[in-house]
Amino acid sequence: MARRRTASAPRAGQGSWWAGLPGIAYLIALVLAPLVIIVIFSFLSRAKLGVGVKWEFTIQPYVELFYSESLSGERSFDPTYLQIFFNSVLYSLITALVCLALSIPIALWIATRPPKWRTLLVFLVTIPFWTSLLIRTYAFVIILNDNGPINGALTGLGILAEPLPMLYTPFATIVGLVYSFLPFMILPIYASAERFDFRLAEAAYDLGATKAKVLRRIVLPAVRPGIIAGLILVFIPALGSYLAPELLGGGKTSMIANVIAAQFGASRNWPFGAALSVMVLVLVMVALVIFAVVARRSSRRGANQSLESLL
Amino acid sequence: MAATEGLALSIRGVSKVFPTPEGGEVRALDDVSLEVADGSFMVLLGPSGCGKTTLLRCIAGLEAPDSGQIDLKGTRIDDVPVWKRRVNTVFQSYALFPHMTVAQNIAFGLQMDKLPKDEVARKVDQSLALVRLSDLGGRRPHQLSGGQQQRVALARALAKEPEVLLLDEPLSALDLKLRRGMQLELKRLQQETHITFILVTHDQDEAMSMGDEVAVFNEGRIVQVGAPRDVYLRPRTSFVADFIGEANLLALIPGAAGAEVAGWGAIPADAWASDSPAADASRSVAAVRPEDVVISADPQGRFPIVDATFIGGDLHAVVQVGEATISARQPAASAAGLTTGGRCELTFRPGSVRIVDA
Repeated sequence: MARRRTASAPRAGQGSWWAGLPGIAYLIALVLAPLVIIVIFSFLSRAKLGVGVKWEFTIQPYVELFYSESLSGERSFDPTYLQIFFNSVLYSLITALVCLALSIPIALWIATRPPKWRTLLVFLVTIPFWTSLLIRTYAFVIILNDNGPINGALTGLGILAEPLPMLYTPFATIVGLVYSFLPFMILPIYASAERFDFRLAEAAYDLGATKAKVLRRIVLPAVRPGIIAGLILVFIPALGSYLAPELLGGGKTSMIANVIAAQFGASRNWPFGAALSVMVLVLVMVALVIFAVVARRSSRRGANQSLESLL
Repeated sequence: MAATEGLALSIRGVSKVFPTPEGGEVRALDDVSLEVADGSFMVLLGPSGCGKTTLLRCIAGLEAPDSGQIDLKGTRIDDVPVWKRRVNTVFQSYALFPHMTVAQNIAFGLQMDKLPKDEVARKVDQSLALVRLSDLGGRRPHQLSGGQQQRVALARALAKEPEVLLLDEPLSALDLKLRRGMQLELKRLQQETHITFILVTHDQDEAMSMGDEVAVFNEGRIVQVGAPRDVYLRPRTSFVADFIGEANLLALIPGAAGAEVAGWGAIPADAWASDSPAADASRSVAAVRPEDVVISADPQGRFPIVDATFIGGDLHAVVQVGEATISARQPAASAAGLTTGGRCELTFRPGSVRIVDA
């Protein structure tokens, strides 16, 4: 009897499976169900008036991704959407890499300040989250336009005769993306850097390493988990971003999200919009797998690098 | 220069001041000068916060002195960046690189010197053998015990064949038994490699058993340098007398028959150490070791025994003499009748009392 009571005594992480129910219900209702609906819609036909779907199975939306049909009904290969996918991946990749290049020095600088300063600096990094992304992106419309402060300064100082067109270019889109995702890179790298034992850097100096060598061989391997987390946290949402390409890129540099929005709005082609969304999902999963493989391989190489050079 | 011949390291007038968080200043090193003979084992000994680790970091180049000069083998190094100094450190925390194996940790410093691969491999093997870890080259630091990590840190620093090896409290994280073993091991390594060792410790036993020379630090200054036995036998200040071994510090008052211990009487001429400085108005503290204080049970004795305890084979007694107390230690065999609350007579062994600077 006594034994039984001990066995059923509550232990951490045990016996309260029902506590997870609200979370599970939430995930089913708000994550899994919409995904299932999107996948189903992507195999249905376009409704008469374009709003909603007609319950008739077809793979037409996926065909539309690669082929266009002329008025005479002739089908030909059309790279428009592939190009948009490619652009989206490219912009997101550039965004992630620019964020990385900016974040490593910032994160390391913050991590080497005295503790009370660190708290304040991390707080400053998160300040942009306080206002709507929409407003912050609009701010860049003002900053980057032909009569904005940058062009005003460049022409006013006589460096440029004509204002440099920056707004409504891929450049503006990437500036907007880098700006909005930078904190998502800084914070995880900072979290890794803050845990870094700077006595290891001293030991490396003591063993004859210059600053560049200390950074490359000691500090960067230590903050690698933060770098990988940051790349994922920036690249994946950037791939689906809507505001920056819409407001800063103009129509010219659309990314996938803008095309998807158009399908559910002006173009009234829900099944095609759903098919595009499924493709984004697939792309993100492929990207995650690539990240995982690269991360694992680079960590293995990092570990074996000097060993190989020994043999 | 003839004067610097045979010297591995010469430190002249080095000072270092740190600001405190409260806005004040801490004088970590105050005009410190020290010469370390080539191939010797120097121990920097002092209580924590006395500046000994700061001096070590100044030699390594991890800290820049505010003033003074440091020469390594006759060449000035205090303006040379840390990575170019032919000096290596064994850190208190070991500071092994966690993402590298033991062999990679040792290879790191050699790779920084751009040695050819086969040379690096050979030296890594050599260093591993030197610290008897040949089988563990492929392990990660976290897979090793504290003692093994300590050896890797040693091997990593020794592999670079530095002019001077700096050891910052290297044994403080080890348990007592392991520490004894490592003390012998360090001594062996120093004798085998003929590398000059400078070891920082707050443990006086460690200093006495390992050092060829001991430099005693207190409050940012070196108060005495010498062979361990010499420092023990001839402490120059009350701090040294008390920090190395134990000492009774007796306040002397000038009396008719020379210096007098209040409540005891004039110190007889034969009790003075032959090379003790003479007592005068400015030198009025005498040190005497507890083992040089002889007490004998005497019911009519002048002095009450405040405490008498047997520790090991010895009697440790505290005796009230006037306002002060004097500690005595003697073998249990000659301690008959000495009990707490009893009375005794007290004398000093010949040649045992020495005047020290307050």
